[in-house]
Amino acid sequence: MSKMLHDSTARSIGPVDSEPTRRRFLDYLLGTSAVATLGAIVYPIIRFMSPPQVIESTESSVIAAKLNEVPVNSGKIFKFGSKPGLILRTESGELKAFSAVCTHLDCIVQYQPEKKQIWCACHNGQYNLNGKNVGGPPPRPLEEFKVNTRGDEIVVSKA
Amino acid sequence: MDRGEHNSRRLHDFLRTVLPVVAVLTLFTLSSAQKKSSCIDCHSRLEDPRLSAPAKLFENDVHRGRGLSCNDCHGGDPNAPTSEAAKDPRKGYLGKPRALDIPAYCGKCHSDANLMKRFNPSLRVDQESEYYTSVHGKLLKAGEQKVATCISCHTVHGIRAVSDPLSSVYPLNVADTCAKCHGKSDYMQAFKIPSDQVVKFKTSVHAKALYEKQDLSAPTCNDCHGNHGAAPPGIASVANVCGQCHARQADLFQTSPHKAAFDQQGLAECVTCHSNHDIATPTDQMIGTQQGALCVNCHQSGDKGFAAAGHMRSRIDQLIASIDKSNEILSVAARKGMEVSKPKFELKGAKDALTHARVLIHSSSTAEVDKVVEPGLAVATKGYQAGLDALSELSFRRKGLAVSLVFIVFLALLVYLKVRQIESRQPIAK
Amino acid sequence: MKNMRVTTKDWLDERLSISALNDLVRKKEVPLHRYSIWYYFGGMTLFLFVVQVVTGILLLLYYRPSSENAFESVQFIVTEVQFGWLIRSIHSWSANLMIATLFIHLFSVFFLRAYYRPREMTWVSGVVLLFIVICFGFSGYLLPWNQLAFFATKVGTEIAGVVPVIGRPVLRFLRGGDEVTGATLTRFFGFHVAVLPATATVFLAIHVLLVQLHGMSVPPSLEKQNVRKMKFVPNFLLRDLIGWILAIGVLAALAAIFPWELGEKADPFAPAPAGIKPEWYFLFMFQTLKFLPAKILGMDGEVLGIMAFNLVALLLFIVPFVDREPGNRKRRLIFNVIGVVALLYIVVMTIVGYVT
Repeated sequence: MSKMLHDSTARSIGPVDSEPTRRRFLDYLLGTSAVATLGAIVYPIIRFMSPPQVIESTESSVIAAKLNEVPVNSGKIFKFGSKPGLILRTESGELKAFSAVCTHLDCIVQYQPEKKQIWCACHNGQYNLNGKNVGGPPPRPLEEFKVNTRGDEIVVSKA
Repeated sequence: MDRGEHNSRRLHDFLRTVLPVVAVLTLFTLSSAQKKSSCIDCHSRLEDPRLSAPAKLFENDVHRGRGLSCNDCHGGDPNAPTSEAAKDPRKGYLGKPRALDIPAYCGKCHSDANLMKRFNPSLRVDQESEYYTSVHGKLLKAGEQKVATCISCHTVHGIRAVSDPLSSVYPLNVADTCAKCHGKSDYMQAFKIPSDQVVKFKTSVHAKALYEKQDLSAPTCNDCHGNHGAAPPGIASVANVCGQCHARQADLFQTSPHKAAFDQQGLAECVTCHSNHDIATPTDQMIGTQQGALCVNCHQSGDKGFAAAGHMRSRIDQLIASIDKSNEILSVAARKGMEVSKPKFELKGAKDALTHARVLIHSSSTAEVDKVVEPGLAVATKGYQAGLDALSELSFRRKGLAVSLVFIVFLALLVYLKVRQIESRQPIAK
Repeated sequence: MKNMRVTTKDWLDERLSISALNDLVRKKEVPLHRYSIWYYFGGMTLFLFVVQVVTGILLLLYYRPSSENAFESVQFIVTEVQFGWLIRSIHSWSANLMIATLFIHLFSVFFLRAYYRPREMTWVSGVVLLFIVICFGFSGYLLPWNQLAFFATKVGTEIAGVVPVIGRPVLRFLRGGDEVTGATLTRFFGFHVAVLPATATVFLAIHVLLVQLHGMSVPPSLEKQNVRKMKFVPNFLLRDLIGWILAIGVLAALAAIFPWELGEKADPFAPAPAGIKPEWYFLFMFQTLKFLPAKILGMDGEVLGIMAFNLVALLLFIVPFVDREPGNRKRRLIFNVIGVVALLYIVVMTIVGYVT
């Protein structure tokens, strides 16, 4: 216990000199580190709340490509969730999208502009433009997706 | 007897004679509508198994299902009660055909388009003529009896449709059917043909697909050799046969310098490197300049092919190493708790490039191989970078944690000191 | 002239009677004795609950409660959102820590007989809170929609459905149908973010107010003695604060070193992963059911086991009404034994559940 100083009226005017500085120092440290910790808690919360660059989390619909990236009689592979997809435009200008995973042994199919069909390079599997398996080993048709256009974007979603 | 009594008596007499006859006739027509033939009746009761087997087997025959019976092939009269009457040559009885006559026997119907239209319009009607283009058919015409005819493969009397899994010519059963002759060394010796094809085939990757994975699109004997026109493909046309499914590789080969070289040297396309019956899953060891590679069988150090082989192999090895490195680091990051499923998925693109590269070696063009390896390497490098990023993020988090813990513990300590300080001035307890 | 400056305190006090509240808080005292350490656990549970509410609200900004999107949205939070990994892992870890401190609080209150007159209602509201928190844990576990969560929910609701008479309707109510589907997910989400928080708030308010009303209890063995008391503000509260600050440190460490797994997206048609078990706080019940024989006295063993657990839960409510004589040493001993047996049973069964 520190010594108490008294003035002439015996009123205690505070402890020994070192005490107030020590107390003030402790209070100062406490205050600043409390503020710092609070800041360290609030900072991640604020960052969390601000939306990240990529804003969509869902795989049920993706932007497959821009309209000008898929000219007539051509196809393009895009990422649909965790699987590859094929977006193609037929000779008549219609946009179609399918799963690009061949139903035979899971190779990635491609659009053949010369034959106007979907082709799998692995074992010469052939699909028509409705996704139906019409030649070679594939046992089942390709899954078809829904295609919509939004501005200049092609949005593909699960059928 | 009066008129009424007389009339009823006549009616009674009439009915007594007519009714039994009507009954017998009805029964007879009813039973013949069940296609009961005396051939089947007699033969199924015979003791000798060679004679009773046809009748028993015929139960499951595809022809029976179409309403045909013994006489439709063998002639004769199935309604006749005795053996002589049934097997009367005047009734068209042909008996058991000679081996030489079997193709015509079956072709009597199966080559008649008008007839086949009634039963199965989509069935081909050229099997007989195709057969005579085959090795079997040619030898048969020359008088050789020990060759396959229709019944050797399709069996006789218990013939099932090709799509029936119990059929001897169902895809899963074809190899064993061919092996009945082609697997016997003493049988094949006379024709100077080896007899190990089926055994070899069963070790192949095609057999694995067929028998283990039940992939009915995988080839068996008839897919490469043909069914009725069965013959080994000519040396210069093997690539076309393999190219039915392996179109890409066949195309690349046809435009590669190997095509001309192989034709000139009389080397069988595809088969020279991949063999024909015991086609194993190809490995990277097959290409390159090291010992055990196929390229050095023809190429020597100094020639263009040697250099190309070496280059292609080293590129593929490079890509494999890059993919492995990226996979490794991503797995390490995943194990340490980082979320790397997206980079792992994107790494699949590099694996795809590797498959492409392995196909493109058939072009023997280093430029073509480089064209796919480069982007593959880029993807693999991206994956590796993602792994590095994940690990550095992890270490950033740990460092951040360490720093924050220092501050947190420091703050706790300060609060504790504050408590001590407060309680040193005023006692806490009463 | 009178000093016209009005302090904030005066302004609030005039409108909200802050100073009355202030007096109440400043009067609160905490007994000091060798069991005082157990007093911290109620507050710690409350602190961790607040952490859950805050992190939960943050997760709500990105989470999507449908079977097509739930897993992907959690993946999104953990990979794309700034500090998402931190908030998500803290939420999952804090849930477990809260349940642990809640059990410690429950058992310490039990053994220190804090439920004696007049604190019976505090105990009852506490038991209600226990069940609310367990429901929080069960409903929250399904929300990431991964394989583990899906099958744990399937098994858990299956067990609920085994109870005679009401089991089937309860199962259909919980699952939103006959099977665990997206409907279950939506329903559990509703429970987890709306129904349970509302109920918890009500009962927490009752529980905390009752504690303030009755003051802190003193264990019966020390009742006779004149126990020293510590002021709640600032002494005990500052000590509480040290604990809470260290808890934040522990949570941050767990989030950074043992991040909560994402798992694989739930596939109702894939077979259940081998060795599936519920979270640790359900494990002792799960293990008990595994040990029970198929038939006991002609009745289904599993049903009897579940009915037994329900009975124990009901008995938990009436503890203060059965053991209500502070002076009765024999009764105290019996209840102590029951408590120790229960505690040991839970601990042993949990360990067995993990080891096998």
